[in-house]
Amino acid sequence: MAKLRTRNHKVVLARSAGGDAGITVMLTLLGAFMFLPMIYVVMQSLKPLDELWMYPPKFYVMNPTFANFKSLFSLMNISWVPFSRYIFNTVFTSVMGTFGHLFIASLAAYTLAKIKFPGGKFMFKTIQTSLMFHSTVTGVTSFIILSAFGWIDTYLAIIVPAWGSTLGLYLMKQFMDSHVHDTVLESSRLDGAGELRTYWIIAMPMVKPAWLTLIVYSFQGLWNAGASTYIHSEQLKSFNYAIGQITAGGIKRAGASAASTVIMMLVPIMVFIFSQSNIVETMGSSGMKD
Amino acid sequence: MSNRTAEKKAVARKDITMAQWIWKEMKRNWIAYVMVAPYMLIFTIFTIAPVILSVVISFTNFNMLEMPDFVFLDNYIMLFFDDEIFLTACTNTFIFAGIVGPASYLLSFLVAWFINELPPKIRALVTLIFYAPSISGQVYLIWGTLFSSDSYGWVNATLLNLGLINEEIAFFKTEQYVMPLCIVVSLWTSLGTSFLSFIAGLQGVDRSLYEAGAVDGVKNRWQELYYITLPSMKPQLMFGAVMAITGAFGYGGIVTALCGFPSVNYCAHTIMHHLEDYGGSRYEVGYSSAIAVVLFAIMVGANGLVKKILSKVGT
Repeated sequence: MAKLRTRNHKVVLARSAGGDAGITVMLTLLGAFMFLPMIYVVMQSLKPLDELWMYPPKFYVMNPTFANFKSLFSLMNISWVPFSRYIFNTVFTSVMGTFGHLFIASLAAYTLAKIKFPGGKFMFKTIQTSLMFHSTVTGVTSFIILSAFGWIDTYLAIIVPAWGSTLGLYLMKQFMDSHVHDTVLESSRLDGAGELRTYWIIAMPMVKPAWLTLIVYSFQGLWNAGASTYIHSEQLKSFNYAIGQITAGGIKRAGASAASTVIMMLVPIMVFIFSQSNIVETMGSSGMKD
Repeated sequence: MSNRTAEKKAVARKDITMAQWIWKEMKRNWIAYVMVAPYMLIFTIFTIAPVILSVVISFTNFNMLEMPDFVFLDNYIMLFFDDEIFLTACTNTFIFAGIVGPASYLLSFLVAWFINELPPKIRALVTLIFYAPSISGQVYLIWGTLFSSDSYGWVNATLLNLGLINEEIAFFKTEQYVMPLCIVVSLWTSLGTSFLSFIAGLQGVDRSLYEAGAVDGVKNRWQELYYITLPSMKPQLMFGAVMAITGAFGYGGIVTALCGFPSVNYCAHTIMHHLEDYGGSRYEVGYSSAIAVVLFAIMVGANGLVKKILSKVGT
């Protein structure tokens, strides 16, 4: 290795200045395309009403104000069902759906990844295949099944199907495949621990990034869930739905509407900021091998 | 333990039949079945059963109120020969998914590749900027504000100012603009799971391979990409493709939110919309199930095709 062109023991990779410049330009243009609309959302929410309806419209805000957020909160106070109820609905379904999913899916993921048993491969193949279609395809028949259980218009219609989410199980299983080593499990079994104990005491602590990923994915899905076709009662509806309703009131509520968009997007973005490194680590083993 | 298992297997294979051996293995691993049972039960009820039920119902004229009649292929015949809107929907779906799917895949990969060599903190920030639109719920409605049909819309105002147009354009109500705009907005929200998977995949490529490549005469980053990077992250490329294809068929909500339902002259009407129309609003469950089965077949077929193509990468 000593004869290579090295700088601080690192091989100098083939990189041209022109390529670097080209990539920087491309990245800046794409970044502007992605980022400017997000900035505009924030700008809109800080504009006083006269700036929202100004001609010609300005991209940036001249006299930033939190008036829109204030009017959003006062609109929340006069809603027919108390707003705390909508918040409770979203938090309750998110928490129940997410934790049920985490336990049930990780238990199955451990079994499929680390125990060889007849039918296991087939089960995982089926789950992997189901990643290939969007759940809206089966919306109508899911409705029929849920109504056969008598779950329409109850929390169960939101929570229980969330436990069976496919992507979460898939990511957890792949992560266990590459991060939990068989030798560690073997020694635990030799010490006399049963499979359940091995799963809980040995395997689970080794896959914390995957837990967090499952939690974030499940939470994001439930947080962004709008009006569900399975829920009719006003007092069972989600925060996202309610906030859409109160801000759909036309010109007068344009300010509050802009403020609500900012609140709805800030939560998932904050969650992602804190979990990013763990999620990316989990994605490292997301690959499909066949 | 492992030794004993191996012995058992060897012995078992010699003096009993395959079926008996499987039964023995099943009994020995009974705990595994208990452990997968909760998930598999829910997965079967809410993912597998709806698919099977759709296929069964698609051969009937079920309307949720009366007992279904068996009509065999009638629904499918009507769909393909008597329903012009469905054929429009098919064309739109193929155009839409055919552009958004590959474009979002390529965009995800290119951006992930561009930022791969940035310092970790900057990379995390850029990742956030590109990923944020895909997780922010209905934030895409901002495009409706930007392209609003009156002169308070930023795009219309700018075009008027520059003298390029004489009166405002109702972008989301004019046929020629609807599809391109919806495609752009969908792309804007499409850097999701596959994007993160690519970032992780690129980070995971063994650096010593690049160094070995440099020694072996890799001249520029394109050769490096083709000969080293792509083959090393093939599993991520597969997973990303599945995510991108599945996503590409699922952007119906964006179209409805921006253009209303139905879109002008059904110009952005996709199979997903057709399905929701018949299943959700008209309660023609038999007919809508036939639509669902067709869409299902298209999604799984597209995935199969792309997987075949990808398996040739770098071989």
